[in-house]
Amino acid sequence: MLSELFKKIFWYLCLVGIIVFLGWGLTVMTDRIDYTWYWNRIPKYFFFTSEVEKFADENGIIHVKQIDEKFSQVSLEYDSGKTDAFKIRTDSLEFKDGDRVTDVDQVGAIQVFSQGILIIGLITTIEISLYSSVLGMIFGLVAGLGRISKNPLIKGLSTIYVEVIRGTPLIVQIFIFYFFLGTVLHLDRFTAGTMALALFVGAYVAEIIRAGIQSIHPGQMEAARSLGMNYFQTMTYIILPQAFKRIMPPLAGQFISLIKDSSLVSIIAITDLTKAGREISTSTFATFEAFFTIAGMYLVLTLSLSMLVRYIERRFAVSD
Amino acid sequence: MIKINNICKTFIVGAHIVKAVDHCSTDIKKGEVVVVIGPSGSGKSTLLRCINQLESIDSGKVFIDGVDITSLKTNINKIRAEVGMVFQSFNLFPHKSVRENINLAQQKVRKRSKTEANEKTDYLLEKVGIEQKAHVFPSQLSGGQQQRVAIARALAMDPKIMLFDEPTSALDPEMVGEVLEVMLTLAKEGMTMAVVSHEMGFAREVADKVIMMDEGKIIEVGDPEHFFTEPEEERTKLFLSQIL
Repeated sequence: MLSELFKKIFWYLCLVGIIVFLGWGLTVMTDRIDYTWYWNRIPKYFFFTSEVEKFADENGIIHVKQIDEKFSQVSLEYDSGKTDAFKIRTDSLEFKDGDRVTDVDQVGAIQVFSQGILIIGLITTIEISLYSSVLGMIFGLVAGLGRISKNPLIKGLSTIYVEVIRGTPLIVQIFIFYFFLGTVLHLDRFTAGTMALALFVGAYVAEIIRAGIQSIHPGQMEAARSLGMNYFQTMTYIILPQAFKRIMPPLAGQFISLIKDSSLVSIIAITDLTKAGREISTSTFATFEAFFTIAGMYLVLTLSLSMLVRYIERRFAVSD
Repeated sequence: MIKINNICKTFIVGAHIVKAVDHCSTDIKKGEVVVVIGPSGSGKSTLLRCINQLESIDSGKVFIDGVDITSLKTNINKIRAEVGMVFQSFNLFPHKSVRENINLAQQKVRKRSKTEANEKTDYLLEKVGIEQKAHVFPSQLSGGQQQRVAIARALAMDPKIMLFDEPTSALDPEMVGEVLEVMLTLAKEGMTMAVVSHEMGFAREVADKVIMMDEGKIIEVGDPEHFFTEPEEERTKLFLSQIL
């Protein structure tokens, strides 16, 4: 019992050792190419503050109260009864306490807190992954049901879709969607990118769903049909609920993959996380920091999704 | 009530063409209990499955209450709701509780309200003797209990006829009795039944007609007494000597 514990601790120490070794290797390598780390250049790409000029909206009276040596709390009491309050850098202030201001007078400079390109990119990546997951799920469900259809037309169309998408590189599909379909159908780059990703993931989802449905014992279909339920009811109430439980892990893997694959849309100039990383690296020359940062952010997204899935799986497993 | 007219069904297995049902004709009258026997692979299950079109037939016709069920105009879902079926492997829905198993088609096909369906389900569960198990999932039941739930599920549709496809052959021997007992009760209540089974005791007690099949053909038909005392065909004699 105790030796088991020591064994475990030993292996954990080995794990930590390897991680430390890899980190040390990284510093040695960067030393060798004379790379200087500038991690301090990164945070402002998450959030930054900037100054904008603040103007009065109407006529009224100004009240100024110094808070510290740099900033003052300013409140405007307009004649209409409306009020406005904000923090202003004291030396940019154009009025004294009790002065009258008139409409569009410049009052001073206020600080605004803005999202940096990393956050904007992160949001775009989440949005594009979310939309293409939902669409891809619908495409996949339709094509997956089509693949097991007895009708040669439906089966043929679904098979062509799956084989064409799985047989060509995603990056080529994105180019075709943007440069060809996008031009013909006047799609903006976000729509083109989302559609390309949705069709891509749909083909893989279709195969997962087909396999899931075929793994359900045919007796289930027969029992439901023999009770007079039609094909659609049988699928909805009997086959798909059982199939989905089984295909949850591969399906989740596919959507986690999709988050990573979405980085390819940066080549049609969508400002996603990857594009944000490239922009930071070109403007700061902190190339390593920029790409390590976005790698970390992708990891946060994918790991939280897989944790969510594991939680859902555990909840589902209860009814077995 | 059911008229089976010269039906054929062939399967293509690899390079072989198997005539599972080969020009079979018979009929089942209202209230009649018909037992189909025969060696495995003789086509008795396929014959049964042709009655509710789980197998589409190649030629011939099946009439239920005068309706040609192979006609394209016939709504097969309506027909199937009138024909209850019990399978060898139960085929209960594993993700639904016993109650949901029995309620589902009542609500979705018969359009009964939840209260009506629940009442019917309670009545049937009591009838098959497992009224305390309404809330459990099929995997928590024994084979015999599962098969009784399957019978209740089929009965919930108020079928005109019940088809039993080897209902006891997947059961442990000590559970056969409880399922046969339910079937006996049904037969005595006047339910029209077609049963594929080797339970000759059951056949002897309630069957009005026994059909012997071999290689897709009906080779002998008669009442149970006939089969036990003086079967005509050599094949029937051989088969009976093997199972009795």
